[in-house]
Amino acid sequence: MNNNERQEQLNNSSAFHETQMQRRPGAKPVRPGRRALMAGEKSRDFKGTMKKLIAYLGPYHWPILCVMILAIVSTILAILGPKVLGNATTALFEGVVKKLTRTGDIDFAKIKTILLTVLVLYVSSSILQYLQGWVLSGIAVKITYSFRKDILAKINRMPFKAFDNTNHGEILSRITNDVDVVNQTLTQTISQMIHSIMTIIGVFVMMLTISWQMTIVALVTIPLSLIVVRVIVKRSQKYFRIQQEYLGHVNGHIEEIFSSHIVVKAYGGEERAIQTFNELNSTLYQSAWKSHFLSSIMMPLMNFVGNIGYVAVAVSGGWLAAKKMVTVGDIQAFLQYVRQFTQPIVQIANISNVLQQTAAAAERIFDFLASEEEKDVSIEMGQKGALVEIPESIKGKVEFRHVCFGYLPDQPIIKDFSATILPGQKVAIVGPTGAGKTTLVKLLMRFYDPDSGEILVDDIPIRSLPRSLVRSWFGMVLQDTWLFSGTVKENIAYGKRDATEAEIVEAAKAAHVDHFVRALPEGYNLEINEETTNISQGQMQLLTIARAMLAQPPMLILDEATSNVDTHTELLIQRAMGLLMQGRTSFVIAHRLSTIRDADLILVMDHGDIVEQGTHEELLNKGGFYAELYNSQFDQNGEDRLAISASSF
Amino acid sequence: MRTVLRYLKPYWLDIVFIVVLLFIQANADLSLPDYLSRIVNVGIQQNGIEANLPAVMQKSTFEALGRLFQMEAKPEDFLALQKVYVEVLPDSPQAQSLSKKWPLAKKEPVMMLSSKNKAELDVARAIFLSEYPKLAAFLQFSSMAAGKVSPSPQMSKSGLSGLSSMTPQELSAQIEALDPLIKSQIVVLGLQGEFTALGADINAMQSSYILRVGIQMLLITLIAVGSAVLVGFLGSRLSAGTSRDLRNAVFSKVEEFSLAEFDSFSTASLITRSTNDINHIQMLIMMSTRMLFYAPIIGIGGVIRALSKASGMWWIIAMAVGVLLGIVGLVFALVVPKFRIVQKLVDKLNLVVRENLSGMMVIRAFNMQDHEAKRFDKANRDLTSMMLYVTRAMVVLMPLMTIIMNVVSISIIWVGSHEVAVGSIRVGDMMAFMQYSMQIFFAFLMMSAMFILFPRASVSAERIAEVLNKEVSIRDPEKPIHLSKPVRGEIEFHHVDFKYPGAQENVLEDINFIAKPGTMTAIIGTTGSGKSTLVSLIPRFYDVTGGQILLDGIDIRNLPLAELRSQIGFVPQKSMLFSGDIEENIRYGKEDALESEIMKALEVSQIMNLVEESPEGLKRPISQGGMNVSGGQRQRLAIARALVRKAPIYIFDDSFSAIDYKTDRAIRSALKKYAADSVIFLVTQRVAPIRNAEQIIVLYEGQIVGIGIHEQLMKTCEVYRDIALSQLKQEELV
Repeated sequence: MNNNERQEQLNNSSAFHETQMQRRPGAKPVRPGRRALMAGEKSRDFKGTMKKLIAYLGPYHWPILCVMILAIVSTILAILGPKVLGNATTALFEGVVKKLTRTGDIDFAKIKTILLTVLVLYVSSSILQYLQGWVLSGIAVKITYSFRKDILAKINRMPFKAFDNTNHGEILSRITNDVDVVNQTLTQTISQMIHSIMTIIGVFVMMLTISWQMTIVALVTIPLSLIVVRVIVKRSQKYFRIQQEYLGHVNGHIEEIFSSHIVVKAYGGEERAIQTFNELNSTLYQSAWKSHFLSSIMMPLMNFVGNIGYVAVAVSGGWLAAKKMVTVGDIQAFLQYVRQFTQPIVQIANISNVLQQTAAAAERIFDFLASEEEKDVSIEMGQKGALVEIPESIKGKVEFRHVCFGYLPDQPIIKDFSATILPGQKVAIVGPTGAGKTTLVKLLMRFYDPDSGEILVDDIPIRSLPRSLVRSWFGMVLQDTWLFSGTVKENIAYGKRDATEAEIVEAAKAAHVDHFVRALPEGYNLEINEETTNISQGQMQLLTIARAMLAQPPMLILDEATSNVDTHTELLIQRAMGLLMQGRTSFVIAHRLSTIRDADLILVMDHGDIVEQGTHEELLNKGGFYAELYNSQFDQNGEDRLAISASSF
Repeated sequence: MRTVLRYLKPYWLDIVFIVVLLFIQANADLSLPDYLSRIVNVGIQQNGIEANLPAVMQKSTFEALGRLFQMEAKPEDFLALQKVYVEVLPDSPQAQSLSKKWPLAKKEPVMMLSSKNKAELDVARAIFLSEYPKLAAFLQFSSMAAGKVSPSPQMSKSGLSGLSSMTPQELSAQIEALDPLIKSQIVVLGLQGEFTALGADINAMQSSYILRVGIQMLLITLIAVGSAVLVGFLGSRLSAGTSRDLRNAVFSKVEEFSLAEFDSFSTASLITRSTNDINHIQMLIMMSTRMLFYAPIIGIGGVIRALSKASGMWWIIAMAVGVLLGIVGLVFALVVPKFRIVQKLVDKLNLVVRENLSGMMVIRAFNMQDHEAKRFDKANRDLTSMMLYVTRAMVVLMPLMTIIMNVVSISIIWVGSHEVAVGSIRVGDMMAFMQYSMQIFFAFLMMSAMFILFPRASVSAERIAEVLNKEVSIRDPEKPIHLSKPVRGEIEFHHVDFKYPGAQENVLEDINFIAKPGTMTAIIGTTGSGKSTLVSLIPRFYDVTGGQILLDGIDIRNLPLAELRSQIGFVPQKSMLFSGDIEENIRYGKEDALESEIMKALEVSQIMNLVEESPEGLKRPISQGGMNVSGGQRQRLAIARALVRKAPIYIFDDSFSAIDYKTDRAIRSALKKYAADSVIFLVTQRVAPIRNAEQIIVLYEGQIVGIGIHEQLMKTCEVYRDIALSQLKQEELV
């Protein structure tokens, strides 16, 4: 009976895993049977990562122990099955002979007992197998859940710096692909591993009890199997890697060309694009068929090796039987066990590969979870007993004292900046695109901390305060208007979760957005999502103004840029911002002359540095960078903008 | 599906080969159990002695057989035996060669099987197998009586040792009635004694038998492996080749698309169609080559062989297959819809993560980390519980399958043993039936797996076919007219209407104007007024739905597309760069541009500083989409790419939005000199940069509401005045 082997074969080639794949579309198609043949990623510290992973499994040690016992018992039952079933055929055979010679009849009672025993063995083995799957999948989803939870929590605790060089896709891939790989190893590989090891041990023991000589013969084919596995795996991994790489190139090319369709058309680049594509596609084809071919010949070759072993055992068994060293029935049983030997060996041979991949994925997750977090200096200071008293409300006086800052340690961009802003004053930050206007804002809100110097609010150094408190003092309206998926209402109330319906509508009215919201299909309950097209850029900005209105913060940070907004909306935004700024200390990244002229303080930035500061008149009289900027604007064209800026945080 | 299947056509020969090979493989696989059982049953249990006509026997045995036939009055049967055997005398040369294996041949005369005639042999075999057991029993009995041997264990097992009291007639009648299986056992036993008497080495005979059958089995396996490998080879080339061809076809097709067709799909969907969807097809083809044909062949072959062994138990297989299909159907009916939900939940989870990443600033500004954690937790929990359901439903499959298979074996033995009891089948047949029923079971399991793959792939196939079958609306004219050189670049819109495909209303209506060489035509209007659409008609990204556009007096629809577009330097709203370096990106505008031309274009676009500042100069790498340069730099590089063409027509579609004011002005004044004789179109929302344009077109809801220069429009066009006033203070507008 070679059910076992066939099951595995089916496992490797069937669609069951295909369908499981559907649940993670973003992920690379990783099928457990195939996984071993794929390019082996290597982890830096295999042992350490595995230890951490085991530690992560720690809380589940009882269930896992339970799974192991279940797996062991179910495998033993499954191994015993064929042997007991053999007794039934023997009994039948004997019965037939007796019947013919009229010395007795077929002992149906005995056969029945045997068959019932076997039935119990098999059914309980299957039930145990299912229980094992049940428990394991429970553990696996819990682990997956907490991995994801930890990663997201981590994202929100990491300093902004950490994201300067990481793209979002990588983090997304951590949360989907890497977590999935670990999940799969837990649900499938572990039980497969236990099953394989148990089968090998069980079969080996059974073999030994029959005949050690035949066992040796049977084991001779193992190195041969291992060599076949190694050779094929090594080669196919190479092609899988190339395939993966070129699949990436092909997809990349498709993405690039399709998203620049208009440029390709305008410049007649179709032929060139197709040519490049054909080259990449042919290379992909070469590696694709080779890798698939190699992985497809694994099973047939292993079967061949298995059959060589079978014949060798049969010949040696015959020889031993002649010498009366084994009985015929034993040889028969032995041969059945030989048939069960091949598949688990292939699996065991591949386990190191699978574990390596798991370790690589787990390592990326752990690395991410272990990365540096935004530290609240205030807490450290609090431990030293220097925690300042947290003010209940603030007036809005802001002071920069000799602030120095740079994103990279050796490249300071703000050098020794000092300024005092009184409560209710308006500060305009101006400068060409990329001048670093948002850096100041980031320092104010403690997204970053100055390298030296201090920022004080109401004479309290903000470094000594919890970040969350400092941030709660500021209302923010950004140019990259940022809405969440959720209803319009939820988005307005984002800064104040407990706002009443009336408060929300009032804020919306103040931001001139009430009328427009009511015109939407579901009004305040309209779901905003990625596909939302009936809200324009300008209207989104108005919504974020409403959000700030509702939160009623003592201080404001505004970004004025309105490059893609039509004139009517622009007027509304200007008015709403004006209303919002009344009586609040405001920092405005300004593009509009009127704003700049009215400002109590203008900070002129260039190349990340504050080059000038003062009022409009002061700066004009000074005749420096600002004056040049301002004059260049009016000597000829009289354009009302210092910089059309697409700057973003 | 049919559209996609067409791409299999070039490989029809491979497919035929694959089917033939699978047929061979299936037959080899089906005959393997037979070899396995021969090794066990004959090779080991019967010391390699088959119940067959022996190659050699003692003359005395042959004569004893003759007497037996005489006693039963069947002389013609003995004749049939005599036909196939010849006597070999001890001194003959034949005896010499026989004696190696049968040493007795040197001392006594023996009978040797000599006939090669199959019909004769068949007749002789049947007679031998029915008569010889009687002789064997007599011999056993007489030698026992003589005290030469003790009853062999098998003999006593068959109960024959208790026959000593019977008369020969009774004995022969008793043996006549025996089960053929037992009879052949007796033959084997008798032959064993016979061969021993002939002096043969039984052990060697056994080893050589096992080895012979073993080698045959290995050869069969080799055939199976060989065909499997060949199928793997052909199948992987077939699937990879088809997907390569499909990918090429889809890509080339999309490259033919005008914007109208392109817009009817989203970019993301086109990308998925040419990547994931094609991968699904590849997977399906790969699986099909291994299973689609193999499973039915194995299934049908298995059924035929199984029924030939024991036709009475067909209902067990039928029931097993029925239960199997039922369970697979049930599980997938339960699970497949959930997969779709899982898919949606994954998307939702990713959405929250993406929002957390891109909105990090706002989240922290509002101190909403906890709220976000809760939001994520909800998505995470929903996904987790759905996954748990799906996984547990899938995990049930394997144990269930195992149970079904084992129950099948057990019921075959139970039912089979009753059939054996009434004598309708033999034990060996029952065992064989069991083997075949497993093979049938697996065939159906594989087929049901195929049917799960199939729907998904067919959805993919449809999506691919949609692209391939899309009618391309803008093509080269059949009888192209060529522009006369030098091209002046004069563009005339003559009562142009435009409506997007499928739209109700015109986006542009009755547009009339002429743009002359050496002038700038500015197009201004609010969002959605049709500015971008208007300029995209010039390079025929879309075709007008009414009126015509003329270039140097020729309807642009009569010009070859390449010729038309090579006259235009187009800078799109979103400046898209390609991965590569600066030089490659600029050369995209003009492949054979001289370095001096590239430098000039960079200079006019005010982007030379980027080249000068980077150590690699012109070779400074550009990442995909130009993400490693700032928005302003990106736009300037896109402008340089257009300028390097030295085209008679330039179109700037709102392409200065990320460039700061000073640079903007510098570009425009340099452009004036660089493209002094060209026709320039400038789409914008701002009044200031176009105050000096020779012609300003004011669009409002798809119609021209004003055309002229700034000062005129300020007086006559209300829409223009509104736009201008909202942007500039009155006193600055002088």
